Amino acid sequence: MSAGTVRRTDLRYRIALNLRAVVGRSYPRIIGANREPSWIFFEGLLPLLGIAAYVFIYQSFGARALEAAAGDPAAQAAIKANTNALVASVVLGGTMVAFWLNVLWSMASQLYWEKEIGNLQLYMMAPMNRMALLGGMAVGGMFMTSVRAVSTLVAGIVVFGVVFQVADPLMLLAVFFVALTALYGLGMMFASLYLLWGREAWNLSALMEEPIFFSSGFYFPVGGLFRVPGWGPVVAILGSFVPATFGLDALRQLTLSRTAFGGQLWIFDVKTELYILVFMAVLFLILARYSLRYLELLAKREGKLTSRHQ
Amino acid sequence: MSYAVETRDLSRVFAGKKKRRFRRPKENEEHLGPVTALDGVSIQIREGELFGMLGPNGAGKTTLIKILATLLLPTSGQAFVAGHDVAKDPFPIRQRINMVSGGETSGYGLLTARENVWMFSQFYGVPSKVSKGRIDELMHTFGLWDKRDAKVRMLSTGQRQKMNMIRGFVTDPDILFLDEPTLGLDVNAARVIREYVMNWVRTQGGKTVLLTSHYMAEADQMCDRIAIIDNGKILACDTPENLKRMIRTETTFRLEVDSIRDTTSFTAMAGVKNFSHKDDISKNRSFLTFILEDEGPVAEILSTITSQGKKVHSLQKSEPTLEDVFISMVGRGFE
Repeated sequence: MSAGTVRRTDLRYRIALNLRAVVGRSYPRIIGANREPSWIFFEGLLPLLGIAAYVFIYQSFGARALEAAAGDPAAQAAIKANTNALVASVVLGGTMVAFWLNVLWSMASQLYWEKEIGNLQLYMMAPMNRMALLGGMAVGGMFMTSVRAVSTLVAGIVVFGVVFQVADPLMLLAVFFVALTALYGLGMMFASLYLLWGREAWNLSALMEEPIFFSSGFYFPVGGLFRVPGWGPVVAILGSFVPATFGLDALRQLTLSRTAFGGQLWIFDVKTELYILVFMAVLFLILARYSLRYLELLAKREGKLTSRHQ
Repeated sequence: MSYAVETRDLSRVFAGKKKRRFRRPKENEEHLGPVTALDGVSIQIREGELFGMLGPNGAGKTTLIKILATLLLPTSGQAFVAGHDVAKDPFPIRQRINMVSGGETSGYGLLTARENVWMFSQFYGVPSKVSKGRIDELMHTFGLWDKRDAKVRMLSTGQRQKMNMIRGFVTDPDILFLDEPTLGLDVNAARVIREYVMNWVRTQGGKTVLLTSHYMAEADQMCDRIAIIDNGKILACDTPENLKRMIRTETTFRLEVDSIRDTTSFTAMAGVKNFSHKDDISKNRSFLTFILEDEGPVAEILSTITSQGKKVHSLQKSEPTLEDVFISMVGRGFE
């Protein structure tokens, strides 16, 4: 073609293009968080009720144990520390629940939603890399959910009086961001699968909600499952494929100290868990890239990039 | 010669519905076999041309556009956009194209019209400053300036379609695919869009538009050349004038009569090349268009109608339109 605008294809151009695409796609999520204040009620206050249920159960167990240990100040101190650690585990788990739900319903199922509202074909027709699209969704989702997660955390601390002891804040940040990267990498991988499965994948999201809450130990230290004979370790190992499992375990160790629960309920030490999370992050991102490329081709062949009515 | 768009013997077949193993098929579902949406389509669109694709719903227009927009792979044949193969080399194509469809609901309701268009421009790497300048200019041109900061969910259908059009132009594409862009719009909104598109092609130099429509007058008014498509096949491709000239030796008569059900006798009538039949139930009227070899059969047509006890309300001999061309080729109208 002779006329028309000359278009750049060099590396610098491609990097700028994809960075702009990341910013562009993250924008609605970042802005959306501020424009819909109803989230304060639905995603800030309502989840606190779920957390409260676990907190009250643990606190009632603690109160009963304190009664039984009356007259033994050392035992009472240990019971109080364990109760605080359990309640703190629940608050941390409740915070991570926000990210897991965001990954399931706003990452994995997002491309399917985009297809339904007619955006997907416009995305797929654009010259940006598809990973930039998913990256933008992830960055926006992380930002949006972080605001919500922090509010849950603060509310948990204020309402339930949880005490955290952070000895290594840098490590804490590293674990948190690597865990999020791995988690959203998993979401990016699922996004491409949902593109092909469509509505049927809905059931998969539902399936991955409550069972994962349990097997990843969102409301209790997952290491406890290894002490349950028979099915316990199997469930814990299956749950470990979700990055939230190691992420939460490491975060709890870093905020409650490794000696909490007598040091009996952790899976591995923090460094090992960080390495596993780094491996998961890289693996899921690579798998996401290739599965998206493959499934885009398949969808183009089968005509699934656009809705029937478009 | 290089073309902005070229297809060679392009075909696309959609697989039928798969049988579900654990579910009893619904009535008629077993008959949903493969559907041929495009069948050996070969067209060439020159740079700087406003090319129309005219055909009824389901003719294959949208399928063709989706293949050219790199959203769908052809089953066989080849398609080139800006000299690049859509199946093998989509990146340089995607840099040069954009697409706007009628009745589009794209974008996010939480964002303003301006933000939405800006977001889509980022996927093409348009620098924010350039993008915002273009958006403001286009918002003025399309009469959407007052609604620039309105959330998308608050826009009317016409305003939303204008926003979609701005999205199509903001990336400064070389080739723009417009799939029924004025579908469902009021007269004024449709006029603004048509005028802008025509002006854009005429003044920008080297810009190409492929427009699909089933509005005859729109295609006639706007397009340099038109391809008539039906059942996935190109029936004719020429300028609107030449297409109409093809049937100028024939005579077109339009009749408005009392509602008539039995039209079988017209088919066999000598001298009737083709005819179409539309009903207006609310007025209890039928509208018949006849393509005749000459004026000979008019008397017989009138007597056939009156013999059924029906009244002829009007009879008009007219210049052929693109719809007449279509009727002449296919033997039915668009509706």
